Amino acid sequence: MEKVFARSKGLTDVPFSFCPGCTHGIIMRLIAEVLEELDIIEDTIGISPVGCAGFSQDFFSCDFIGAAHGRAQAVGIGAKRALPDKIVFTYQGDGDIAAIGTQHAIHAAARGEKITSIMVNNAIFGMTGGQMAPTSLEGMKTVTSPYGKDVSTTGYPIDMPTLVANLPGAVYVASVSVDSPKNIAQAKKAIKKAFKVQQAGLGFSLVSLLSTCPTNWNMSPSDSLKWLRENMMPVYKMGELKVTEEVESL
Amino acid sequence: MAKVKVIEKYCKSCGLCIEVCPKKILTIGDKTNEKGYFTVICTDQEKCIGCTLCAKMCPDVAIEVYKDKK
Ligand SMILES: Cc1ncc(C[n+]2csc(CCOP(=O)(O)OP(=O)(O)O)c2C)c(N)n1
Ligand code: SF4
Ligand code: SF4
Ligand code: SF4
Repeated sequence: MEKVFARSKGLTDVPFSFCPGCTHGIIMRLIAEVLEELDIIEDTIGISPVGCAGFSQDFFSCDFIGAAHGRAQAVGIGAKRALPDKIVFTYQGDGDIAAIGTQHAIHAAARGEKITSIMVNNAIFGMTGGQMAPTSLEGMKTVTSPYGKDVSTTGYPIDMPTLVANLPGAVYVASVSVDSPKNIAQAKKAIKKAFKVQQAGLGFSLVSLLSTCPTNWNMSPSDSLKWLRENMMPVYKMGELKVTEEVESL
Repeated sequence: MAKVKVIEKYCKSCGLCIEVCPKKILTIGDKTNEKGYFTVICTDQEKCIGCTLCAKMCPDVAIEVYKDKK
């Protein structure tokens, strides 16, 4: 019999450190498969964030640099400018890229830095125990918003991909989800396109993926997928938000 | 003919593969792996169609799928 599904060479054999059912793992698998399919494992430098993905370097077989919280893009831009032939990507939670690191996301896009950013949006600070994030939804209960997020004092959810798509230096921006096999396939296509954009040197690319946090949402893995579909997908603009003509013709 | 293989050390008993399997042949078994998770087992390999949906949904890359060459 022929193997029709197996672990990608883009991953090491180290088991993920994520909680059971956490979709961070699906996203890492997709990136690893894209690195393998584009044959760029050896040429890639990943930048790991602070957050639940802080151990990324253990799971991917490409090179990695660890950044301080929110600074993955700053570090990635430095690496890319110093080594322009390398493919550089950042892997960041929503707390990392849309709270403490917001300015880097905006300026990386404004300058059209030739890196790829992967944003994993679970609408919460996962690693630190489920605090409210700027991406938390209106009314969402977290440990720091036990009565539900009050947007009049803590703000509306920040839709980072929509913001970034408005900036001319961002040439490819997509917002996808990993809640079902069909959407997972779409998410992989978006990630692949984002890496191809960088290979072609066209500009900044961002893929935001809606992801679950069963532990801090206090839900089963399966209920978390349902909650994501019913509550996050209507709030965050989904799909390919920006595809420039040059990207279209890739 | 197709075959599904769960790599026990990676399985965390989350159940997501069980729900997406169109043939409903996956279930949580009664044996734990080294981490203490009850790993998933296939109750009827004969019925597996090799669609890979379980493997694509698994957050821990714990599933391999095999299929006869056409
Ligand atoms: C400078 C600094 N501030 C705060 C923290 C505490 N901290 C660690 S992880 C984290 C948030 C992680 O949330 P997110 O980026 O959404 O990733 P997740 O864990 O949900 O995947 C925070 C605030 C830190 N490590 N460093
Ligand atoms: S705390 Fe949440 S985001 Fe972090 S590994 Fe667990 S489920 Fe995933
Ligand atoms: S490959 Fe398809 S049929 Fe076979 S166990 Fe997985 S989901 Fe079920
Ligand atoms: S989806 Fe993966 S980790 Fe979850 S129960 Fe199935 S095989 Fe185990």
